[in-house]
Amino acid sequence: MKRPIAGGAGSAAGLEVVLPHPRTTRPQRLTRFLESERALAALLLAPTVLILSTFIAYPFIMGVWLSLSSTSVGNVGEFVGFKNFAKAWNDSIFRTAFGNTFYYTFWATIFKLTLGMWLALLLNRRFRGKRIVRASMLLPFIVPTVLSTFAWRWMFDPTFSVLNWLLYRADLITTKLPFLSDGVYGMWCAIVVNTWRGMPFFAITLLAGLQTINPDLHEAASLDGANGWQRFWHVTWPLLKPVTVVVVVFSVIQTFSDFQLIYVLTGGGPANSTHLLATYAYQVGVATGLLGEGAAISLFMLPVLFVVVWLQLRYLRRMEGA
Amino acid sequence: MLIEPKWKRWVYFYIPLTVFVVGTLFPFYWMLITAIRPDAELYRSWRAASNTPFWTLQPTLEHFQDLMAKTTFPQWLWNTFFIAVASTAISLFCGLLAGYALARLRFPMAGTVGTSIFVTYLVPPTLLFIPLANIIRTFRLGDTPWALILTYPTFLIPFCTWLLMGYFKTIPKELEECARIDGATRFGAMLRIIFPIAVPGILSAGIFAFTLSWNEFIYALIFLSSPERKTVPVGVVSELIRGDIYFWGQLMAGALLGSIPVALVYSFFVEYYVAGLTGSVKG
Repeated sequence: MKRPIAGGAGSAAGLEVVLPHPRTTRPQRLTRFLESERALAALLLAPTVLILSTFIAYPFIMGVWLSLSSTSVGNVGEFVGFKNFAKAWNDSIFRTAFGNTFYYTFWATIFKLTLGMWLALLLNRRFRGKRIVRASMLLPFIVPTVLSTFAWRWMFDPTFSVLNWLLYRADLITTKLPFLSDGVYGMWCAIVVNTWRGMPFFAITLLAGLQTINPDLHEAASLDGANGWQRFWHVTWPLLKPVTVVVVVFSVIQTFSDFQLIYVLTGGGPANSTHLLATYAYQVGVATGLLGEGAAISLFMLPVLFVVVWLQLRYLRRMEGA
Repeated sequence: MLIEPKWKRWVYFYIPLTVFVVGTLFPFYWMLITAIRPDAELYRSWRAASNTPFWTLQPTLEHFQDLMAKTTFPQWLWNTFFIAVASTAISLFCGLLAGYALARLRFPMAGTVGTSIFVTYLVPPTLLFIPLANIIRTFRLGDTPWALILTYPTFLIPFCTWLLMGYFKTIPKELEECARIDGATRFGAMLRIIFPIAVPGILSAGIFAFTLSWNEFIYALIFLSSPERKTVPVGVVSELIRGDIYFWGQLMAGALLGSIPVALVYSFFVEYYVAGLTGSVKG
């Protein structure tokens, strides 16, 4: 197996060209076949294309078909046109879930971006124990979301909430806050947990972007009399914008299609007031078994995802062109 | 670089950073303290005078023992591990080959294939779970680990391909050309020259993919039904809550033990993980 090609590929290469090589004089059929870039590319891409088309393209087409049919569990449906979409749109729980999804995505992304940027700027400074602080900051992102959300749920517990205890001891409240037993509070609790979980991703990727900025630029700006805020706004931000755009796109997609956090934290309740599109699609499609209607609800995510992906592709093209 | 007064460093740096650290780590501390607190202390009114919420005077391992002895938690750990390793291996294999093809080879439709892999990278699992459940049923994969081992690559392969493609592009072409002049085949040069150089990239992609599949929830929730087949996140959600009663001590013990393996892997390979994370969003 181990032939010394890697070692011999240095300066002696020029000499060895003229020598006849056993492999090149009598090429086998397969090797010759693989010398063609097209054939090799087809072979290398085959497993990926096979898996992605079986488990993404095919389900996607099937999802579109399901959404246009009256299929439910154990019952092969028939074509019903856009009835499922119309039914969802006229459903008040769906409307709430639809609105919630935008609300949740908007505020969670704003918080993740500002706090993440702040944290990245803090971590970009030199201080003792920086490595361990940076490593521990990523913990919320790597620990399974479901498990950490349980810790939050326990912290928001109606009877034993430690947060209520803290606020009460600090004399900020006199009665308990209804963290998860009220729709509005529930939504904001979810936004807080999502921010807590997703902020490290922003901070670490933005930090990587910050580290590529030449410190001389800051020095020059401060010699010209720019204060901290001006240096951030006129030097750091323009250079950081490409990374920020990509990170925001990823985060928007993740947040918009979020499922597990709401599933564990509120389960969509109280009274279906905190559903997102994904959790409501699950409730209708899997828990109730109305596959057609559930598929239609999750396809409502598609236009937004489509716009975001399209913007992202356009942006990438422009970056490559520049 | 810039000299600043001491108070400024406190106000603008130490205090905000401390708030960030405490805010980030507090839920984990809370997990730990709940897991080792005896039940009698756990369910005590929040206004009780003797309440000491931030520590416990009688730490106990009772919840951990119950978790290990009375539930199938060890089995869930093993399932999660097996599924994560298998799906990571499949994804790395596919990602390596596809990433190389996209980075190095010229072939018709290269642009289209690259773009479609990128687009699948952005497709969230929650968009497709209902039809996918149907397909899993059709293939008779329901309630087997293979349902997850084969579907996790749908979000892992695009990521691995993307990351490794970026990595391959940073390796100079001359290395390969030299090997080919020495008589290596195209395939041989890829296997013996390029892949060994790409080991750090492969490690980054692997670690990242492993944590992603360890954390996956919705597919595991839908495709698995027998208690002994479940993964840790699903098992904790569905089996540790009986009826409407939450056994918080056990739940937090489970959450802690379910997080430790992935946290360990992460702590050994922080740098690779960070490289994977930042590489995952780079074009």
